[in-house]
Amino acid sequence: MRYAETGFNLEIDLSTGSIEKVATDPRDTELYLGGQGMAAKILYERVPPDVDPFSPDNLLIFSTGLLHGTPVPAANRTVVNTFSPQTNLMSHSLFGGFFGPELKYAGYDRIIIRGKAPDLVYLYIHNDKVEIRDATHLKGKGSTETGDLLKTELNDQKVQVAAIGLAGENRVYMASIEHNHASAARGVGVIMGDKRLKAIAVRGTKDVNIARPAELFEMSQAMHKKIGEGDGNGDWMAVDEDDSFHHNHFAWGNARTRRKDYWSDELQQRWTNWKYDHMDRQTGCYNCPKKCRNVIKWPGRPRFGYKCFGKDTYHMAAFLELDFSFEILGVAQEYGVDSYSTPQVIAFALELLEAGILTDKDFPEMPADSRGRFFYLLEKIVRREGIGDILADSVSHAAKRIGKGAEAFDHNTTKKFEQLPIKLGRLNPAYFLMIATGEKMSITQIEGSFPQDPLPTKEQREAFVSKWEAPPDEKFKKYFLEWEKRSDISDQATCEIVDWNEAMHYIDDSTGLCGFVSSFRGQFGGGVAYHMNNIPQMISYATGMAMDKEALWKTFQRIRTLVRAVNVRRGLRRKDERPPEDHWAVRDEKYEQELLSKYYGFKGWNFEGIPNRQTLERLDLAYVADDLERRGILAVDEGVSA
Amino acid sequence: MNAATAARIVKDIKADIDKCTGCRACEMACSAFHAMPRYSSVNPAKSRIRVVVDELTDEYVPIRAGNFTRTGCDGRHVYLIDGKEYSECSFCRASCPTRDFFIEPDSGFPLKCDMCESVPPLAEPMCVQVCEPGCLTYEERKIDRIGEGQLQTGEIEAGLQSLISQYGIDAVIESLNRTPKA
Repeated sequence: MRYAETGFNLEIDLSTGSIEKVATDPRDTELYLGGQGMAAKILYERVPPDVDPFSPDNLLIFSTGLLHGTPVPAANRTVVNTFSPQTNLMSHSLFGGFFGPELKYAGYDRIIIRGKAPDLVYLYIHNDKVEIRDATHLKGKGSTETGDLLKTELNDQKVQVAAIGLAGENRVYMASIEHNHASAARGVGVIMGDKRLKAIAVRGTKDVNIARPAELFEMSQAMHKKIGEGDGNGDWMAVDEDDSFHHNHFAWGNARTRRKDYWSDELQQRWTNWKYDHMDRQTGCYNCPKKCRNVIKWPGRPRFGYKCFGKDTYHMAAFLELDFSFEILGVAQEYGVDSYSTPQVIAFALELLEAGILTDKDFPEMPADSRGRFFYLLEKIVRREGIGDILADSVSHAAKRIGKGAEAFDHNTTKKFEQLPIKLGRLNPAYFLMIATGEKMSITQIEGSFPQDPLPTKEQREAFVSKWEAPPDEKFKKYFLEWEKRSDISDQATCEIVDWNEAMHYIDDSTGLCGFVSSFRGQFGGGVAYHMNNIPQMISYATGMAMDKEALWKTFQRIRTLVRAVNVRRGLRRKDERPPEDHWAVRDEKYEQELLSKYYGFKGWNFEGIPNRQTLERLDLAYVADDLERRGILAVDEGVSA
Repeated sequence: MNAATAARIVKDIKADIDKCTGCRACEMACSAFHAMPRYSSVNPAKSRIRVVVDELTDEYVPIRAGNFTRTGCDGRHVYLIDGKEYSECSFCRASCPTRDFFIEPDSGFPLKCDMCESVPPLAEPMCVQVCEPGCLTYEERKIDRIGEGQLQTGEIEAGLQSLISQYGIDAVIESLNRTPKA
């Protein structure tokens, strides 16, 4: 009997219409857990590195996390992986809500989709009944509208739907996959659209079994209390109306302009009123006591949900106020576009117009005001009309296609992916490493366990450390106690801190735990619910597998290294690992490169950032070492780069 | 019959639907508590509490499983509350053929909320215990049974009358005589 997981993959071939339920090997669960870990294994084994993201041979994988469907609270983030046409690397995306747990109750740990349907289809899963159905009647429908239509069509309000909007249908690179009011960003909707898969509707009524029932339930109940009661977990922006942090410190427009004195009491009051006058309620994801999503009904616009910085990106890119974001977010949700990258693409286009690289002819009948222009360009992009067809390929690719110096305006991408609009003064070594070497493409998916800044006094630091349960090792407490100035920390400590930050995300994205109760949230206040000191116990109780801190740490390293190998095989090298050149005003190329080399060495990677044989063998990835050698990516002797 | 023995406890679960976040932790906990062995599996489809959720209309209503009914309704009320439409079904606790709430998915048997009656008793039903947003709260009310006490005599008589009409008075007397006295 399998515990916590179902032991089955659902394999769908949209080209042939084949549907298979395939038993999985429990030894793989021990090595890769689930979620992104297992997806990386599948992508490594089954998608050769020369496969074009738009090829039918590319896979699109919807994964549950290992702890989905168990009593463990806040294990609900569904993981989507594929290869991205934007980066040509592995796309990694997550969305909250109910989809993953429902899939597990239907009897599957993941859906592996290959091929392409001849026309728009949707996938209907009701336990063992799985059908590929015609979806041409859903063409052009909004993403949550599609969910609603399918619930009616299937006569089942409990069905959980993940769908693309018009953007995905038109293979817009920034297309998202939407589920209720949750969104899978970072480049996965484009592949769902390319496969002509409009939606997946899933309904499950089977048991998920637990290996150590009483122990896990008791621990989960305590966790419900801990997450629910304190302010150490969840999105504090759901209740804290002071958003001066993002508005005064992040860059506006095409990640250009800082407005350090923007925020004011008067503004905060006005914006607070806008929010509460139009908010239905705050909602949560499956089996989580937090309510991070604000559900807004703006007059004349579709109802939408947002969380965290997602409410700021549009109006900051457009130099407008919150009411503009509230006006456009519902529209953008129905079209299904990434609310982090899309506003930057639009602001980039308007900058090119201002610079004369694009002209009025490229924007026929565009309104003169910023509000009108953002709506105009959103429509052009999701329809791939005119200039929108070029912009739909994201900033980096659009800049190349436009030419005439447009490349210089592509200043805020790493690995061709739009980064958060952050422009700061002095280099921050930990952030340099995280942005440079991260393969989840957004800093929010890499940072998070070690605090961003030191506390000013020794007493404050001691008080913080005395309550700090999360560190996997006492050394992190020592680093924090001795930390006075942001940049004043040893390279060794920096490497270890970055490694810990990364570890938590890789564990969350394989177990399905949410970053707001784990990987992302610890940096703010330290009182995060899940950490290296209790997750192993939960995995063990849920699955029956032996698991402790050391074993889980090694599992993180294995998954992390495998993801690196997946991307290395597709060409990722040291030269690609650069934060945006203007991320910090003051840079030190020589020091940065030294630090990068130290970090590669710390990870057991060679000068090019390629995992060496010794590292791969230690992590049970000898098959990867063999493969990299066979391809000439690793030299046979010593594992040095060829 | 004194006043102390005449009182009885009524158990209430109150749902403040403005506080429901739609997280369905109540469904998780209910299904785990009623699993055999206890907590050995989770399956919201077996829960005796379901949250009626419609994100598109902002509808969030937790309902507890009530009685089984063989037939569905012939037509339904639609309630307009604070400008929002609710179907009668959103508040209905019946296990009925028109929807798959409160029906055991494998056997098809109806499910009914038992307020987590168990030995030893829980402080509160499990759904309430995990409802951190505070939508579900539990209350025990003592109510006076004096009026009911008199009524009960009538109930016993009515019951006896039905037994007599079904089996005949001789069979009922014989059966009463056979019943051991406590």
